[in-house]
Amino acid sequence: MEKILEILKTLHPEYDYEKSTNYLDDGLLDSFDIIALVTELEDNFNIDIDPIEIIPNNFESMNKIKSFVENKQH
Amino acid sequence: MVNLLINCFDETVRKNADKTAIIDGNEKVTFTKLQEISLKLSIIINSKMQNEVKQPIAVYTKKSIANVASDIGILYSGNAFLNLDVKSPANRISAILSAIKPGLIIATKESAKNLESIYPICNILIYDDIEFSAVNIDQTLKHHQLSRIIDADPMCIITTSGSTGTPKGVVLNHRSFMDFTKWAHDAGLIHDTDIIGNLSPIVFDLYCSDLCMMMRYGTSIVLLSEKHAAFPTYLLETIRDNRVSYIFWVPTIMVNIANMSLLDKISLPDLKTIWFSGEVFPTKQYNVWKKHLPQAKFVNLYGPVEATVDVTYYVVEKEIADEDPIPIGYACENTDVFLLSEENTACKTGEEGEICIRGTSLAMGYYNDPEKTAKVFVQNPLNKQYPEIIYKTGDIGVINEAGEMIFRGRKDTLIKHAGYRIELGEIEHTIINKLKLIENGCIVYNSVAKEIVLYYETMSNITPQDIRVRLSNELPQYMIPSKYIKLNAMPRNTNGKIDRLYLKELCLHGE
Repeated sequence: MEKILEILKTLHPEYDYEKSTNYLDDGLLDSFDIIALVTELEDNFNIDIDPIEIIPNNFESMNKIKSFVENKQH
Repeated sequence: MVNLLINCFDETVRKNADKTAIIDGNEKVTFTKLQEISLKLSIIINSKMQNEVKQPIAVYTKKSIANVASDIGILYSGNAFLNLDVKSPANRISAILSAIKPGLIIATKESAKNLESIYPICNILIYDDIEFSAVNIDQTLKHHQLSRIIDADPMCIITTSGSTGTPKGVVLNHRSFMDFTKWAHDAGLIHDTDIIGNLSPIVFDLYCSDLCMMMRYGTSIVLLSEKHAAFPTYLLETIRDNRVSYIFWVPTIMVNIANMSLLDKISLPDLKTIWFSGEVFPTKQYNVWKKHLPQAKFVNLYGPVEATVDVTYYVVEKEIADEDPIPIGYACENTDVFLLSEENTACKTGEEGEICIRGTSLAMGYYNDPEKTAKVFVQNPLNKQYPEIIYKTGDIGVINEAGEMIFRGRKDTLIKHAGYRIELGEIEHTIINKLKLIENGCIVYNSVAKEIVLYYETMSNITPQDIRVRLSNELPQYMIPSKYIKLNAMPRNTNGKIDRLYLKELCLHGE
């Protein structure tokens, strides 16, 4: 979880990713951020993310990203 | 004679009363309802503007039915709309507002909060606070207002970044949109029954194109948000589920979709017409689309913001090899697009020159900026007989033996290095399309250090050394970049295009 937060913060140090419960509705992640985020998650957690998995439901909040990454690891 | 698109809209509503005009997620609005909201808005706008016409009015909302209704309401009031991006940094919004000075800003409760600090002196209308049921439609006022304007009056203002950092407001008039929409319809490239998948942000001319097609021909529009742009899978599922038949997108997102092989997984049987413009669509990725959507007509368009939407088009009917560019084709009807040499003479076939435009589609100029206007909207050097304005695009093109125009690159990407004239686009083309060494990149020339610099993104492990070696088989030594900088992601401007100006700054002034 902390690692994910760290990645998000490098994308946009100015945004508060801890407070927001919906990054997409709050406008904290745009199309270019998603591409960067996917690459970072793949590298840091040693996972492969299929394009078909890049959907709002897997990325819209810290909890969603966390459980997505955890599922991929198992 | 109907000279204004907003008058065409009345006829469209009569013909399509109960048809859905706009779909935004779970929300829908019919043509009749959209017209009713817009007309009511125009009454309020007129009272806030003391019945002034021809004034710019800003719309500062997310893409939504509210923003579409606001744009149409502004047109009914006899004024011109200026859409703003709620996600733009405060400084940029403030620079635009200071340059254009709109008489009124339509905002939502949420977006209005930002305005207080950005531009506190303006007249603001909060959309959510309007009690539509309490407003009576006044057809007489509408007719009166619209009778005061002519087709050369401004319909909208589109902002574009200026090289000096101050945004420019391009003024587009009513008749240019009449002209453009009619060309598209007559050419059979848009149909009344089409369902448009609108992905463009509301601040761009592609959005205006979609809006005008809907107003004139009764096409439906499915609004696609930033969330769709971020998630191509979700985007494609949404257009499939809404049976979208027509899209007009910038190639960036289409390249991503091709690279992610998403068209293998999601089929789009209803998609029949695909327009693209705004930047070069790499042919390799175009061919991926073509292969997966054999039923679709693909149209490459070209045009600067300074001419309404686009001025040339090419319906791709022949096979194009991955290494070859897709032509930008021929001038749209009632538009002349021609090439001028550096000596201001007409170019012959095969001779490169600056792309110039004349015709109804030309913008009126930059709002509140006669100096910048005079620089690029100039007397046609080929016409010494009477006043005739053309727009010089700063783009370089060439006409091939087949009579098709080919886009060569920006004039400012043409450099002189070590005594040679080099088109930076050619180096990019070789690296990205021909050799396919990296997924994406941008060549920048550092005129101080006299270095050609490559900024790039790639998933592979290719090293600068590898790129250099492969390039040396293709290009003369003087064209090979001397500096290679890998980025996590290429910087993009709000339109999704690679931000060349930013990279140039980065290259000149360091990180």
